[in-house]
Amino acid sequence: MSTDVDTVAQPTRRPTEQPAIEGRSLSKVYGLGDRQAARALAADDPAAAVAAAGGYLGAADVSFSIGTGEMFVVMGLSGSGKSTVLRMINRLNEPTAGELLIDGEDITKVSDSRLREIRNSRIGMVFQHFSLFPHRTVRDNAAYGLKVRGVGRAERRERADAALQRVGLGDRGDKLPHELSGGMRQRVGLARALAVDPPVLLMDEPFSALDPLIRRDMQDLLLELQAEDRRTTVFVTHDLNEAMRIGDQVMVMRQGRVVQCAPGAEIVAHPADEYVSEFVADVDRARVLTAYDLQRPAKLVFTVDERPDAALRRLGDNEAQGAYVLGQDERLLGVVTDAALLAAVNRGDADLSASVSQDFHTVEPTAHIGDFMHRAGRQVVPVTVVDARGRLSGVVPRATILSSLSTAPAQERERDERPLEVAARA
Amino acid sequence: MPDLRIGERGESVIDFMTEHLGGFFDLLKDFLNFGLRSVYELLTALTPVAMVVVLVVLAVLATRRILLSISLGLGLLLIQAMDLWSETMQTMASVVVATVVALVIGIPLGIWSAFDPVVRSILRPVLDLMQTLPVFVYLLPTILFFGVGDAPGLVATIVFSVPPAVRLTQLGINQVDSETVEAAVAFGASRREVLREVQLPLAMPSIMTGVNQVIMLALSMVVVAGLVGGAGLGGVVVNAVQGLQIAASIEGGLAVVVIAIYLDRVTSALGGQGRANPAWWPRRREAAPAAPVTAEPVSVG
Repeated sequence: MSTDVDTVAQPTRRPTEQPAIEGRSLSKVYGLGDRQAARALAADDPAAAVAAAGGYLGAADVSFSIGTGEMFVVMGLSGSGKSTVLRMINRLNEPTAGELLIDGEDITKVSDSRLREIRNSRIGMVFQHFSLFPHRTVRDNAAYGLKVRGVGRAERRERADAALQRVGLGDRGDKLPHELSGGMRQRVGLARALAVDPPVLLMDEPFSALDPLIRRDMQDLLLELQAEDRRTTVFVTHDLNEAMRIGDQVMVMRQGRVVQCAPGAEIVAHPADEYVSEFVADVDRARVLTAYDLQRPAKLVFTVDERPDAALRRLGDNEAQGAYVLGQDERLLGVVTDAALLAAVNRGDADLSASVSQDFHTVEPTAHIGDFMHRAGRQVVPVTVVDARGRLSGVVPRATILSSLSTAPAQERERDERPLEVAARA
Repeated sequence: MPDLRIGERGESVIDFMTEHLGGFFDLLKDFLNFGLRSVYELLTALTPVAMVVVLVVLAVLATRRILLSISLGLGLLLIQAMDLWSETMQTMASVVVATVVALVIGIPLGIWSAFDPVVRSILRPVLDLMQTLPVFVYLLPTILFFGVGDAPGLVATIVFSVPPAVRLTQLGINQVDSETVEAAVAFGASRREVLREVQLPLAMPSIMTGVNQVIMLALSMVVVAGLVGGAGLGGVVVNAVQGLQIAASIEGGLAVVVIAIYLDRVTSALGGQGRANPAWWPRRREAAPAAPVTAEPVSVG
């Protein structure tokens, strides 16, 4: 992000102390023996070397760090390596090189029995095609992880039913999976993962096999559960809207490499390259971009003790009809219009306090464009962004909103272009 | 081309086995005969009519089709009417023993070959050999090993009927959706647990098809077993044909057909139902679709 953001907390980013999951230079080579793969990876251009040896580079030098309780989305087209990365976390795919730390423990080095223990007690997984056990009831499916753990029948039943309750299937325990609809089946998949109450949840395109309405329901359910549990979750998807909707951090991958890793709104506002901007071209920006992402500094700001005639002159110089007025403590008092200033000059006021009006619309920095775009252009000043302490954060002109909603990369923010008026505040 | 004299070499191997493995073959013979006798005694413990009732009840439980089960019962009564009941039960006994032994050998081999491509590629030509080598070629050595009686026919039957058990077990396990297997692995299941709790239950329809095939192949061997002195319907048919008794051969053949149909319907029904459906009474017949063998779950909105 740009540097002038210290006063406003970035809305989607959560501070992370010790990472819950950390990937260090993970690579995955398919179709080659260990030694051959190691040699190919050591080459200057690993992808070409692996391809020349007859293999396929699924993930190349992927590093990431996921904070406890974070919803980390891995996004990319098919074949971009996103599932490969996810499946390296519980070693369904064995990493060819690199380290993967879960709470500081490098799971690429643990024994088979310890790996099974980690898979069972620390990691829950939800699959794209649900992968329920068709011969077991919904309850037995949900209880599977507990059964592997050796939990007794009664407790297993109780905890499985509790998990099913949470996903809204409390009354379906005795059904078989084929008796449920797709959305319900994935709820069972989610319950199966939740029943073991793992600190980490892996979700491999869990909703992409569902139709859009059900998908939205499932996202809501996940967000609801996440609000209660704050579980560290790695979520793979190819749907950018989904990524933006649920992700705290989004990692965009292409051809096995990380292209960009940032909060969703930043990816939309500042795509790292052509690939990402093409990717974000069809995202529903109104639901992703916030006032904070679009705001620019207000061009014309008066302080309350300024003289009305001087203020009116500056208003005229700027060909504006209104401007903001700040109090002594930099809090936003309101706006003045040219008509109000003229009246104040005629009255012979010494300052602007009598001329301030509240005829403008304010939004918080975290507000989405979709929530306020209809207000733009109604008043003499643009939509006004005000932070939690009542200070003027910036403005969002209507032209900025419109251009941000077009598919071109957002170029509208020219933060460096600071008007002199701001610096002239008393 | 040099004369490799494969036939003579093979013969000397068989001579060697006859000479040095006699004890082993005697043991095997005693074991098979003991099995045959026990099963036969079990099957003839009841009067023929009572036994027919038991078999019809079993058919109802397995197929859940009452009309079919009654037809099967009438067929079995026909056997009694032809006065071939004890021969039929002898044949049943040898089918049961041959099937059990074939499955005990075939299913573990099938599981092993499902997980080990090397085993699979070695087993494949061996299974081909067992199924296509003309029966009489290995019938002769078995007489040398076991002497005339039930045992040589039974061993030939077992050799002939093992392959489908191996093949269909392996196929069933390899057909289980790999994502479903992964789901179990992802929750920390060991290989043994995955096999026991996911792969075998989901391979069950295929394995039961294998069981059905084994039984049918075993039954198809009973006439051949009659040639080498096996008791039962095979003996009846062979004697009738050798004596040009057309009437007796028709009766013997008909009895074979009846138990073939009975065993086929009952065992194929077991395969189709699988274990997925706990209901075991005719009522829920239409509510139980066949368990998905190649279970790629269809996404229904």
